[in-house]
Amino acid sequence: MSIIVKFFASLREHVGKSELHIESTDALTCAKIWAQVCHEEPLPSHVLMAVNQEYADPNTRVHEGDEIAFFPPVTGG
Amino acid sequence: MIPQAKQLKHSKVLIVGLGGLGSPVAMYLAASGVGHLVLVDGDCVDLSNLQRQIIHETVHIGQQKTVSAQRKLQQQVSDIHLSLISHALSKHMLKNMLCDIDVVVDCSDNFATRFALNAACVEQKTPLVSGAAVRWGGQVAVFLPEQKQSPCYRCLYPDIEEQLETCSHVGILAPIVGIIGSIQAVEVVKVLLNIGTSLCGKLLTFDAYTDTWRTLKLHKDPACPVCS
Repeated sequence: MSIIVKFFASLREHVGKSELHIESTDALTCAKIWAQVCHEEPLPSHVLMAVNQEYADPNTRVHEGDEIAFFPPVTGG
Repeated sequence: MIPQAKQLKHSKVLIVGLGGLGSPVAMYLAASGVGHLVLVDGDCVDLSNLQRQIIHETVHIGQQKTVSAQRKLQQQVSDIHLSLISHALSKHMLKNMLCDIDVVVDCSDNFATRFALNAACVEQKTPLVSGAAVRWGGQVAVFLPEQKQSPCYRCLYPDIEEQLETCSHVGILAPIVGIIGSIQAVEVVKVLLNIGTSLCGKLLTFDAYTDTWRTLKLHKDPACPVCS
């Protein structure tokens, strides 16, 4: 399965890239994708995520062709 | 006077925070003809604010932000009705205050205030237009507690710790708060007039660094401790 992973705002700097493609034969969740991209670093509790532009949680399953986006919380004003 | 203008003239909007977001929100709502604004901020104007908080000026340094904002808004619209609250609102005060507020605009800069406003809005079934911004980006969401399927701010954000990424710590590009605050003002007008498609159930995000706008679909969390 092929999926697209995107990182926004400060996470783009944290991960060092804004977008990448993942190929996998395993069943994947958002949390597993984060760990895979971030060298097994656990998904921080404050990181938000969306699958195909729909708000998701770490256990949301992803499927072939999905786009997963990670973004940080924003509270400034 | 056209009916919509009359409706705005008779509306009362609570703006919490008169910083980077609160500045354009207050100025555009005043310019749009909203008749009564309640301005809440406990801080005084500091030189470091002026880079992005365009309602305040150098001559107002040291003054309460509410007073500084009042002067600018009265110069802009002479007959606008303004109520000033120059201190933090307690839960009790907030709840009482929302009885005759049409829309709450969250322009604050911390999660504690954001969660408290959300809880009060859910309890009183008051519409909440929430905005936030830092560095190169920001986001806007609208919550309409009257609507059964509307998520609330707590469905979006779990009870997380305050973030270190505040505008004063990591900075913000000044026009970003202008963009996000302007969208908040647009959403307030739409909610007041009950026209168009609101951002209820959606989170609009803007990343200026990559010029990316995204609209994420939000769901009501069936386990939300505030709205479910």
